[in-house]
Amino acid sequence: MSNYTENELAKDLEDQEYEFGFTTDIESDKIPKGLSEEVIRFISAKKEEPQWLLDFRLDSFRKWKEMIEPEWAHVHYAKPDFQDISYYSAPKQTKKYESWDDVDPEMKETMKKLGISMEEQKRLTGTNVAVDFVMDSVSVATSFKSKLKELGIIFCSFSEAVQDYPELVRANMGTVVPSTDNFYAALNSAVFTDGSFCYIPKGVRCPMELSTYFRINEGGTGQFERTLVVADEGAYVSYLEGCTAPQRDENQLHAAVVELIAKDNAEIKYSTVQNWYPGDKNGVGGIFNFVTKRGICGTNSKISWTQVETGSAVTWKYPSCILKGDNSIGEFYSVAVTNHFQQADTGTKMIHLGKNTKSTIISKGISAGKSQNSYRGLVQIHKGATNSRNFSQCDSLLMTDECGAHTFPYIECKNSSSKIEHEATTSKIGEDQIFYCKQRGIGEEKAISLIVNGYCKEVLNQLPMEFAVEAQKLLSISLEGSVG
Amino acid sequence: MSMIAENKKEFISRLSKTSISIPEELKSLAGATLENTDLPTTRNEHWKYTRVAKLSKIDFNNSAGNVQNIEDFIIDPTKATFVFVNGHYSTEFSSTKIPEGVTVELLSNSGMTSSIIKNEGEVFNALNTAHLIDGASITITNKAQVETPIQVIHILDGNEQLSNFKTVINAGAFSKANIVEGFFATKGSEKSFANVTSEIKVGANAFLTIDKVQFENEASFHISTEQIEQDKYSTFTINTITLNGGLVRNNLNVDVIGENCTTHLNGAYILKGKQHVDNHSIMDHKVPNCESHELYKGVMDENSTAVFNGKVYVRKDAQKINAFQSNRNVLLSDSAAVNSKPELEIYADDVKCSHGSTTGQLDDDAIFYLRARGLSRRAATQLLVSAFITEIIDHIENENVRAFTFNLLKKRYGWDITPEDFH
Repeated sequence: MSNYTENELAKDLEDQEYEFGFTTDIESDKIPKGLSEEVIRFISAKKEEPQWLLDFRLDSFRKWKEMIEPEWAHVHYAKPDFQDISYYSAPKQTKKYESWDDVDPEMKETMKKLGISMEEQKRLTGTNVAVDFVMDSVSVATSFKSKLKELGIIFCSFSEAVQDYPELVRANMGTVVPSTDNFYAALNSAVFTDGSFCYIPKGVRCPMELSTYFRINEGGTGQFERTLVVADEGAYVSYLEGCTAPQRDENQLHAAVVELIAKDNAEIKYSTVQNWYPGDKNGVGGIFNFVTKRGICGTNSKISWTQVETGSAVTWKYPSCILKGDNSIGEFYSVAVTNHFQQADTGTKMIHLGKNTKSTIISKGISAGKSQNSYRGLVQIHKGATNSRNFSQCDSLLMTDECGAHTFPYIECKNSSSKIEHEATTSKIGEDQIFYCKQRGIGEEKAISLIVNGYCKEVLNQLPMEFAVEAQKLLSISLEGSVG
Repeated sequence: MSMIAENKKEFISRLSKTSISIPEELKSLAGATLENTDLPTTRNEHWKYTRVAKLSKIDFNNSAGNVQNIEDFIIDPTKATFVFVNGHYSTEFSSTKIPEGVTVELLSNSGMTSSIIKNEGEVFNALNTAHLIDGASITITNKAQVETPIQVIHILDGNEQLSNFKTVINAGAFSKANIVEGFFATKGSEKSFANVTSEIKVGANAFLTIDKVQFENEASFHISTEQIEQDKYSTFTINTITLNGGLVRNNLNVDVIGENCTTHLNGAYILKGKQHVDNHSIMDHKVPNCESHELYKGVMDENSTAVFNGKVYVRKDAQKINAFQSNRNVLLSDSAAVNSKPELEIYADDVKCSHGSTTGQLDDDAIFYLRARGLSRRAATQLLVSAFITEIIDHIENENVRAFTFNLLKKRYGWDITPEDFH
């Protein structure tokens, strides 16, 4: 090991192929490329949707046509051709599986490679993860459903929810992220194919972590899923979302919408590990990840976002909290890693409307290779938000002299009894820190991994245990040795 | 948008084109910008928090004014002073005693051969170039150690006056100098607008300090752009003190083009009434081995609004940069607002950069402590505000400027006592 130089390590990492770069060969039910009202009607009909949802889609589509793609983010990319995307792709056997054994073996294999094998989960029955597995846009297997049902918790795919609980969906959908919110939210509202829906009834504490794995599979398809989580008064839920995508050379578009509603005294914890395919080391291919995530808090409620972002060629994502109720709390913990030619522009928005509202922002950016990593955040204290409090900390770590780390915080305060603190630092790993480790017999690449892990610890600690392990694995894959 | 464009043409229609000798291509570039660019709106990222549309509703003109007395505007009574009223040089009030090693020329005499100010797409800079009235060109000869400060005083006098004014400063290699700039308005002057540009070159190993005091009135407008170029081993300091002015926008752009430079940008703003003060700064580190320190502190009362936007660039290969930026705000009223946007854009890895921004209020415990010792709430507040802001004022080495600033605070905010009284 002592002969293993930094350069060799860097080379090894450069040559390292995307770990999850495989495709599953299942015949897809796919419509021709292009976007028009007909396509939207087709999707809606295919999913046997009620008229109000079709109207919602068509209305969004009409508004979307008037909108202009945003350019303010600190990212550069070839804009997707929206007529060159297939808007519906579902694995052909869409029949619902009664038991786990009925699931296509090839798909089981895919899940196995992803490390979220259902078999493993079955063996661990009684552990605390329920997975709604999204393969391309249609949910194919849902476990633990019956157990959740006993508590009155609804956790199902979005299309099922539309069929089974239309009133609940209709009352909440689009209330946090209106269809006109932004370009990609409007596009999603028009063409979304599936997603997850979760409802926790009054006073119920969800006994397990709810989890969805998203996965883009079919080449040339975009994924537009929608997640809606409603925690009724006094409810608690921890929701996990993980993404991996197979290797594809053309850029694929991912434009999701996530809406969280925490009613009075409720708490939602939403954790994401995102490692969509980032493109190869020359910056070819990779996923465009343009996501709108937002939560709204009632009185005494809390929404906590935790994200570990290691994938995607371009990321454009700002999980936000609207702190509408008095005494509500918003949290944002993020680790964003970029390598090679990846670009990330991510951060959060904390909108303080209620009295005594609190928000915490901890953002850790790590840039390596030739990547660009930006934090962009907004803290807005409105006039009525008496005694509100914000603390933000945004740190950036630079690994090479060709990457960039940027911070663009917006801090707006209209209330004189509120306190806002923001600090940001940018630096590289201290030579003295590495020296200290080496002096104690820890090799350079191990020292770097140690320091990076320590640097991210504040955020990783927020993740549920199952995710923390995967997140650490991802960090080490994306980063180690990329020091210049 | 188009309405603003039309209004804009109208508001400058009564102004005559500049008579100062400026290269033709600069004039035509400025003319084209004025022709093709609208006044910025809040949709423009750089003007997100500052509305300038009301400028387009005023029919500006320009005259030499009629100032009777400048006693109140003299920051440093003993020093070489150059006074401009609405951009016009005042022989009456200016002194001709120029310290050794310094030459001061009027732009109307010397003309300009080049400019480092960006005219493209910048309406106010273009307006300044195309309709420039006059300005001072200050040159400090190489190795000159100038003990006496040079004072440039600009006064707005009369209603709806638009003054396009410029200062050019060239600090020669190994020189040392202090320049004091004061911006004032006479009593009763309404809706007048000082549109100022400064071009500052700091030579190798030079040491230049600028103290800038802004004290116009609540009905005035002030937009200034300072473009600074720092050569190797130089030290540049600017202290911007904004105490009055209805709408104030300061664009401070520092380009560090030589290695081993040090830069200090300090700013203080104490606002009340309906004041709106916007400090934009760009600290651009283009070369390695430099450091910069930026500290802006403000106190906002009544219906005032403050904006801070500080950007630090560290360009590719500009290694070993230490850049620190801090913005601290105190809100005294629920109708006051502050918008802070500290930004870092870093393209090199061996750097230490940080920024911080805080917004809060005076400590209740501290106020209680002082009141328990017999101070009125007002006195306690004033004492704490002065302690907060003195950190900036203490950066001013020139004691006359410090004393003058505290006097302004006494005058405008009714301060009974200032830290200077303890000296």
